[in-house]
Amino acid sequence: MKLSLSKIVDGCRLGTLTNLSRKGVQSMDIPGCLLYTRMGSAPHLTHDTLQTVKGVPVVAQLSLSTLADLHEVLAEYKEGAAKFIGMAESVLYCSLHDPVICSPPGYNNNKTVSIWGCGGRIEMTASKFMTIQQVIQPDWFQCLSDGDTIAGEISKKRAKKSVDRSLSFLDECLQLQEELPGLQKSLIIGVIEGGDVLEERLRSAKETAKRPVAGFILDGFQGSAMTKETKLQLLSSVTAELPEEKPRLIHGIGRPDEVLECVERGVDIFDSCFPYQVTERGCALFFNYNYQPDPETEVIQENGQTDVRKEDDEKSENVTPSGPQEMTHFEICLKEKRYQDDFGPLVKGCSCYCCQNHSCAYIHHLLVTNELLAGVLLMTHNFQHYFGFFCSIRDALKENKLDQLKKSVNSQAL
Amino acid sequence: MSSPPSPSGALRHVTGAPEAGAAMAASSTAPAALSLRVVAECGRSRARACELRLPHGTVECPVFMPVGTQGTMKGLTASQLDRLGCRLCLGNTYHLGMRPGPDLIKKANGLHGFMNWSRNLLTDSGGFQMVSLVELSEVTEEGVQFCSPYDGKEILLTPEKSIEIQNALGSDIMMQLDDVVSSTVSGPRVEEAMFRSIRWLDRCIAAHSQPSKQNLFAIIQGGLDPTLRTKCLEEMSKRDVPGFAIGGLSGGEAKDHFWRMVALSTDHLPRSKPRYLMGVGYATDLVVCVALGCDMFDCVFPTRTARFGSALVPWGSLQLKNKQYAKDFRPIDENCHCPTCQRYSRAFLNALFRIDTAAMHHVTVHNIAYQLNLMRSIRESIIEQRFPEFVQNFMKTMYGNSDHYPQWATEALDSVGITLE
Ligand SMILES: [Zn+2]
Ligand SMILES: [Zn+2]
Repeated sequence: MKLSLSKIVDGCRLGTLTNLSRKGVQSMDIPGCLLYTRMGSAPHLTHDTLQTVKGVPVVAQLSLSTLADLHEVLAEYKEGAAKFIGMAESVLYCSLHDPVICSPPGYNNNKTVSIWGCGGRIEMTASKFMTIQQVIQPDWFQCLSDGDTIAGEISKKRAKKSVDRSLSFLDECLQLQEELPGLQKSLIIGVIEGGDVLEERLRSAKETAKRPVAGFILDGFQGSAMTKETKLQLLSSVTAELPEEKPRLIHGIGRPDEVLECVERGVDIFDSCFPYQVTERGCALFFNYNYQPDPETEVIQENGQTDVRKEDDEKSENVTPSGPQEMTHFEICLKEKRYQDDFGPLVKGCSCYCCQNHSCAYIHHLLVTNELLAGVLLMTHNFQHYFGFFCSIRDALKENKLDQLKKSVNSQAL
Repeated sequence: MSSPPSPSGALRHVTGAPEAGAAMAASSTAPAALSLRVVAECGRSRARACELRLPHGTVECPVFMPVGTQGTMKGLTASQLDRLGCRLCLGNTYHLGMRPGPDLIKKANGLHGFMNWSRNLLTDSGGFQMVSLVELSEVTEEGVQFCSPYDGKEILLTPEKSIEIQNALGSDIMMQLDDVVSSTVSGPRVEEAMFRSIRWLDRCIAAHSQPSKQNLFAIIQGGLDPTLRTKCLEEMSKRDVPGFAIGGLSGGEAKDHFWRMVALSTDHLPRSKPRYLMGVGYATDLVVCVALGCDMFDCVFPTRTARFGSALVPWGSLQLKNKQYAKDFRPIDENCHCPTCQRYSRAFLNALFRIDTAAMHHVTVHNIAYQLNLMRSIRESIIEQRFPEFVQNFMKTMYGNSDHYPQWATEALDSVGITLE
């Protein structure tokens, strides 16, 4: 994997990752996101419905927690998870956990990390972990790590432990990789831990950076146990310690305003579980990521349906930081009665399959009647809208207009 | 010198089938929204391949119509359904009339506009659903009375109301409201329901406001009683309706009664109009009933069973959730060209069923493809004058040994000249 940075503006990195996989042809622009999947399947979507989505990321993320139960099956299959899930052509990144699912705390120790699959808890030692990776044959994978620091306040001792364990898992995994023939071409992504303790975060970053990893995951920043200020401060300090030429990933951060804050602190790659979570609550992404000061569209923004819809939202909601399950200001809820006879698209001018073919009234009807197509159509819109947002981040960076984008996004977050 | 026949003779009946004259005069003036061309007929059985022209395009018959109850095909997008080759699918008037309601659908340019489906649609009358889904429904001469399960309000579904809703939905084929009696009931209630269905047909014809755009089908009733069914057939065939459905069957009656009633019906129905056998969708039933002369079929089974992980194959079905498929890396059916079989294995689907609804969509895609392919193969065999051989092969693949052929199927096929080896 090779990262070419074309620009760094106020900490924001614009660039291209090439040689992503053993197949070698694909490349990925950063800042960017991964395709969120469940066991390799984009939620609700079949291959042909996913094909209608524009801007689908080249790298698909699947989690070890959904694949671990399948390791015997994959061992017998022998051809790797990508082909097994019917996505032989895409680049696979295997994360440890599913970013949507909160794992219960308190199960990790010096020898094992627990992950939760369909059949319950699975204890992973480094060697078991690597054996499973060998049958998954991912292009990249998150190294086994102890990220059990997000549930609430943790002690300095616990933070130190998370770093020590993760480093020792990393060393063990790197060692094992040399011995396992099937994993020679898979890239290990190192994991930076340390909870909210700055010195531990720095130690984790420095030590991980010394090892031959292909990139870094800034772990433990999801959830709301840390204040935003602490989070952003830690991110800045950590990325300052990391080598420039390797990508930085983060999981479980998906709100557009939070994504931009992370981009400013040098984070390159995000997951796309946010549009999935929005879909699951019957909502559609509805925010403007246009940073061009186009006087005509601005008038529409001010007087058009956008604001009419938003006003009602504000009346019914508090402006408190939202957890993953709470509706954000970047979306509209199609279950609401006012969409019953709204024959317009979810978002005016959106080119997604859903907005091109169906009305809010139809989506409302599908949600009210519990029809499966609701999830399919919302997922296509939410993915495309979200992928479009990342494209807009890159374009804004190119044109030195990230500030405008940030201003616009932040004004919608209130 | 003989006296002219009395105009009020033979047809009179105590409970009364009205005479057809008035209704016929009303509808025969309008231009037809349907035409049927018989493309080929089987030299031996009653099977036929037709071309059914409807307002939203031509449908090749025999045809299986997938059921999209609430204005959606169970997780498939309209374009997926279109790509599978579906040209006619069903919506349920009862469900759509309740939610979102006819007024809203009318505003959305009918059901076609609301669900964005540019091909043909057929809607049922709503009566069947009401009687089967709502426990406290009561049938009177006026209509079907029931309590809405959504707001508890009393609703009276009359023939006029059913047609009004279906006119608002704008379906290409509408069904008359009929008095539905379970096929396992016998006695005077069956006769009452049959005659009432004839009277309701006339009220539906009179209430139909756009015969040039939508086709109203009559539904033959009469339970399992050949005399009542014949009577119903005689009466209804006098009405100038664009098509006929065979109703009141596939409700749990013995297959032996079922096929005889189908055969009796197709024997009496005019050759020039489409024959729709309601609620039939099992592969064997489809093959046998095509042989008996039916053109159109619908059933929730293929899509419903898909959601439970059951994939239809020429030799029966695969319960994909079963452990035996966990390491089975073959597609559902190696000879199937559907998008699911092109990309996914039984093992993958087995695992995905535990995790995401997409698993259901994959199997729904396959099952609809299976049904449509089956009908396509039947049609080709009729056109190429090899339908009896097709039936022979179909049965062999489905049941293996001829000892396992269902007796009713063997007898039904035999009755139309196809003797299985
Ligand atoms: Zn859209
Ligand atoms: Zn298939």
